[in-house]
Amino acid sequence: MSKEKITMTEGLADIMPPEYQELVATATYGKEDRGWKDIGSSKELIEQHSLCAGCPESIAFRYILASLPNPEDTIFVGSTGCTSLVFPHVAVQNIHSLFGNQNAIASGLKRALARRYPDKVKDVVVLAGDGATVDIGLDMTMQSWFRQEKFTTICFDNELYANTGGQESGLMQKGFVAKMAPSGKNFDKVRLPEIAREAGCHYIAMLTVSKPGRVEKALKNAIMVAREIGPTYLQLYTPCILEIGKQSMEGLDEMKESEEIGGRFVMKEYISDQAQELIDTLAAEEKARKKAAKAAKTKKTVSA
Amino acid sequence: MSQYQVKAGPEAFLPPSAASMGIVLPDPGECHIEGRIAPEEEGYEFAARKFLGAKVPTIFPGPLVLWKWNENAAKKATAIRALANALPARLIPMADYRPKYPKIDAEVEINPNHPNLTIWHNKIDVCMFVGVHCHQANLALKIIRGGTNCFTIAMCAQAGHEDACMSFRDATPEKIMKLMDAVNKAKEQGVKSQAIPFKQFIMSRTGLVS
Repeated sequence: MSKEKITMTEGLADIMPPEYQELVATATYGKEDRGWKDIGSSKELIEQHSLCAGCPESIAFRYILASLPNPEDTIFVGSTGCTSLVFPHVAVQNIHSLFGNQNAIASGLKRALARRYPDKVKDVVVLAGDGATVDIGLDMTMQSWFRQEKFTTICFDNELYANTGGQESGLMQKGFVAKMAPSGKNFDKVRLPEIAREAGCHYIAMLTVSKPGRVEKALKNAIMVAREIGPTYLQLYTPCILEIGKQSMEGLDEMKESEEIGGRFVMKEYISDQAQELIDTLAAEEKARKKAAKAAKTKKTVSA
Repeated sequence: MSQYQVKAGPEAFLPPSAASMGIVLPDPGECHIEGRIAPEEEGYEFAARKFLGAKVPTIFPGPLVLWKWNENAAKKATAIRALANALPARLIPMADYRPKYPKIDAEVEINPNHPNLTIWHNKIDVCMFVGVHCHQANLALKIIRGGTNCFTIAMCAQAGHEDACMSFRDATPEKIMKLMDAVNKAKEQGVKSQAIPFKQFIMSRTGLVS
């Protein structure tokens, strides 16, 4: 799949449902500077979602799908959980894996794509909840990092098993009492970003999804570093408003509070020297490109 | 040889897969008609007469012919449109396999996870699947056979479908046109379309045009 192929056959285009016609006409496939700011002015790559009203995961999905640098050549690998309810609705290729083996599948997929399409950039992105990433799939997650597999792992951290009613997960904070964990958690939240760093990830970021600009930047960094250097990891706080006793409107406030100074989700980034070099180079290139585009635009206006 | 016949349903809530009942796929140059292996030419005539005898003949084009992922897909789409016009038959698309929430608009689309809704709503009695990926077609064909009385035809680009009431294999634009030729020939022989008069809907980015 590539952006040239996201067109309809002429013979049958006029019977296609409107949402697909809109997708072809206004989605940002192939746009170099696509990002969260396109939301509202272009067709999003998520049609609908079956998450709860006000769920921060749905916000995270929208920002991520809007910010992928190469959606037409990206493949998501998902796992069991709330995220798996969303994947059937997105207009990006995706695979649902068994609970926990998402990084193993992504490893094989990335290697196969590199062989099958040696002259194309194909991004693989794992997107799973904390249960799949940290508890059930920690072995596969870490082994892929040890092996320096070139793909991005995103963990939607809602600090429990939300989809099944609120069981304790490794990323739950110490002492938290959930519906299905009535005695409270006895040990600390697993420090996966630190583990990721020690396991060989080159770019790691932990943040909430309250600020779309930050999510976009972290995602783009993670994908570009994974493409060129090695594994990357994003941990995004997407609280389950139902399981922590909040209302639909309160997800954003919860994220903002948790990222205040001293909070659990103050934005943290770890960037290896190699990755930093790449990020700086890409930023310089982008700056030059934007400057050239601006100059060309000015020249065009003047000559007109 | 199996005594089982792949007839239009409703067969049961969970119909057996035709393969498990001994139905085999046709070899190249052949088709299957209700499970019986027959020459492809016989299949064209059978399908043409079946379509012409239907009150609501419908073609369900799938993603492989709705999306222009290669030139052959575009040619198939043109051939499908010509066939639909020749019959005449309704065209109802299966644009992809995403579930439709909160509910499918059964009048203008079909989804493999609940194809029976579209068939019930439109009272479709003969349909043809074309350009639907194998696994989704198998799923949909079995649901249709299980819960509806619709006769299913698969114009399959691979090895055919046991779960369709009749199936072609190795579909090409030329084979679709051959089916159209068979329709025209049957009409010349005096077979009249029994289709209830209808107007094919047209869609735009903002919705239903007509």
